Amino acid sequence: MEYWLFILALVSYGVATCIWLGFVWFQRDFLHRCAVWTVTLGWCSHTAGLIWQTVAQGFLPVGGLAAALSLYSWTVTTAFLILNWRYPVKVLGAMASPLAALLLSGSLILPRPPELAPILQSSWLSFHVAAALLGNATFALAFLGGILYLIQERQLKGKRFGFFYKRLPSLETLDALNYYCINIGFVLLTLGIISGSLYAQYTLGTFWQWDPKETMTLIAWLLYAGLLHERLIKGWRGRRAALLAIAGFVVLMVTFIGADFWHRSYHRFDTFGRLP
Amino acid sequence: MTLVLIGLNHKTAPVALREKLAALAPDPAAAYQYLRSLASVQEALLYATCNRVEIIFATPEPEAAIPQVRDFLVSQGEAGDAAAIQQALYVHQEAAAISHLFQVACGLDSMVMGEPQILGQVKAAYRQGTEQQATGPLLNRLLHKTFSVAKKVRSETGIGGMAVSISYAAVELARKIFGSLADKTGLLIGAGEMAELAVEHLKRQGVPRLIVANRTLERGLELAHRFGGRAVSLGELPEQLLHADIVISSTGAPEIILTKDQLKVVMRRRKQRPLFLIDIAVPRDLDPAINDLDNVYLYNIDDLQGVIQANLNHRQEEAVKAQRIIEVETQKFLQWRETQAVTPTIIALVAKARQIYQAELKKTLPQLGSLTPEQQKALEVLAESIALKLLHDPFLYLKRHHHPKRRSQDIDLTRRLFNLDPDRNEDLL
Repeated sequence: MEYWLFILALVSYGVATCIWLGFVWFQRDFLHRCAVWTVTLGWCSHTAGLIWQTVAQGFLPVGGLAAALSLYSWTVTTAFLILNWRYPVKVLGAMASPLAALLLSGSLILPRPPELAPILQSSWLSFHVAAALLGNATFALAFLGGILYLIQERQLKGKRFGFFYKRLPSLETLDALNYYCINIGFVLLTLGIISGSLYAQYTLGTFWQWDPKETMTLIAWLLYAGLLHERLIKGWRGRRAALLAIAGFVVLMVTFIGADFWHRSYHRFDTFGRLP
Repeated sequence: MTLVLIGLNHKTAPVALREKLAALAPDPAAAYQYLRSLASVQEALLYATCNRVEIIFATPEPEAAIPQVRDFLVSQGEAGDAAAIQQALYVHQEAAAISHLFQVACGLDSMVMGEPQILGQVKAAYRQGTEQQATGPLLNRLLHKTFSVAKKVRSETGIGGMAVSISYAAVELARKIFGSLADKTGLLIGAGEMAELAVEHLKRQGVPRLIVANRTLERGLELAHRFGGRAVSLGELPEQLLHADIVISSTGAPEIILTKDQLKVVMRRRKQRPLFLIDIAVPRDLDPAINDLDNVYLYNIDDLQGVIQANLNHRQEEAVKAQRIIEVETQKFLQWRETQAVTPTIIALVAKARQIYQAELKKTLPQLGSLTPEQQKALEVLAESIALKLLHDPFLYLKRHHHPKRRSQDIDLTRRLFNLDPDRNEDLL
């Protein structure tokens, strides 16, 4: 059952992507509205699928790369829908919905998650993963906004106006998007780290193990902390903020996927729950 | 009835000629009085702007009307100009006249492709025309169609999109940098005609605060007063740059007044809030290297011209789409006129039918003795409905979409069949 709900979600994200590309091309507002409704439909289906899984298993499905990707896709869509409601940057949908579709299709291709160790079947773990992934999703939007900013800035600085010039929003809009997303993402990531380390203390008897995933996340956290600090003190904004948002997100993605290639990590998806 | 358009524009006549004829526009009463006095002209509309003077009119006999209107236009110039005006005038009829009017209203025929003012000017001229009671059913219909075509062209093509003047280009760029201009401050350095235009436009677009920095404070004060801003001296420039977001510079200074290093310090103190600098002075006021700084966008006069040229090229491409819409709409209007051609015949037929049944009723009613008013009414209705129902199918036949030539044959046949033109009887015999 949840498989078909996920398929419906995937199809909706795909269709929404096409509609948004149409919006980018034709610049008709009703296309944007159609796409938002399509994504919302996909999001509802996705949510239903996740609830189904949660009820069936008794806890949020977080074990294994497939489940993590599905949850990540859901958080990206959630973050986008909330952002679109509070601070609409229409063209962002054309990037966020394919990202969600890509993540979800990755999740559907990968094998089903293995059983979780009993010690991990806890709502603490669900909270840890949900907070970290929501933070990641918000940073993903900052990353996409950063790319749009760099494209638009390049055109304005270089005085050559191409296809995207009139289709992208103003620099200040994109910069504000960066600021909001990084602020919120930072709070969520911090919550994820704190809840994870408390949970590690509770289960493993230590707050912090210098596990590769922990270390990389700390680096990304420091990057974002630095960016927020400099923004307040020196006014790091615009191009620099966009570049840092991109760099931070790359580090996070390396963390997300890359930790799997690190044998020592207990955050690995395939052996998730086999504790050191 | 034939639609004819006679006029001249910036493509056919130099400004010296145009301005003489444009003198018709401010007070068109005399012109309309003359046009109304022409027996061959039934409806007329005159519009004159700095780039064109045109008269569109409806006439049953174009061979007579065209020379008269043409002579009227030629007579507006001085004696020596007659030949030149004659040369510059163009005459369009029917479809050509209609699509020319559409093109004018859409700005396709303007000096700056797609400029929007012309539509307002045509509307104003139409208002004057109706006040002078010079227009009639045909021109009224045509002008309303013109306005809807212009609206359609604006919304469906990019003909009016993107700035094609320095001021508009500057504001458009500012919007792409800042989004909203409602909380921004403009700074005008020096004073020049173009800079003042740009500032005026910024003000109109909602920039609320303005600072004027000028070498002579007196002139600065005068400008500041005009735009509701405040005046400062040139020496305070670095300090004022902290508060400004959009800077327009056009001093007559022979060398650069703001260097990259100076601005670097300013940007640090501004906490990197974006700054948009427009340098329209020649020689330039602002160090071109300034553009390398983060969050600073420097445009000089050539950059803005480049933007405008690119936008004009884009409009040129959109003009092709607009032309297609105009052709379709011209055809639609011609079709409407075709169906209009049958109206007089239908009216004449109804009149004839009414005349017959009323005459018959008058004869019959006295013979029926005393009738109640209801009975009499019923008889009248009976007579009327027999007559009109009999004519119903011929009406439908006439209104059907036929080929124009076929339609005029049909009309002719109908008129002869029902003897609607009794004075033409002789050629039947």
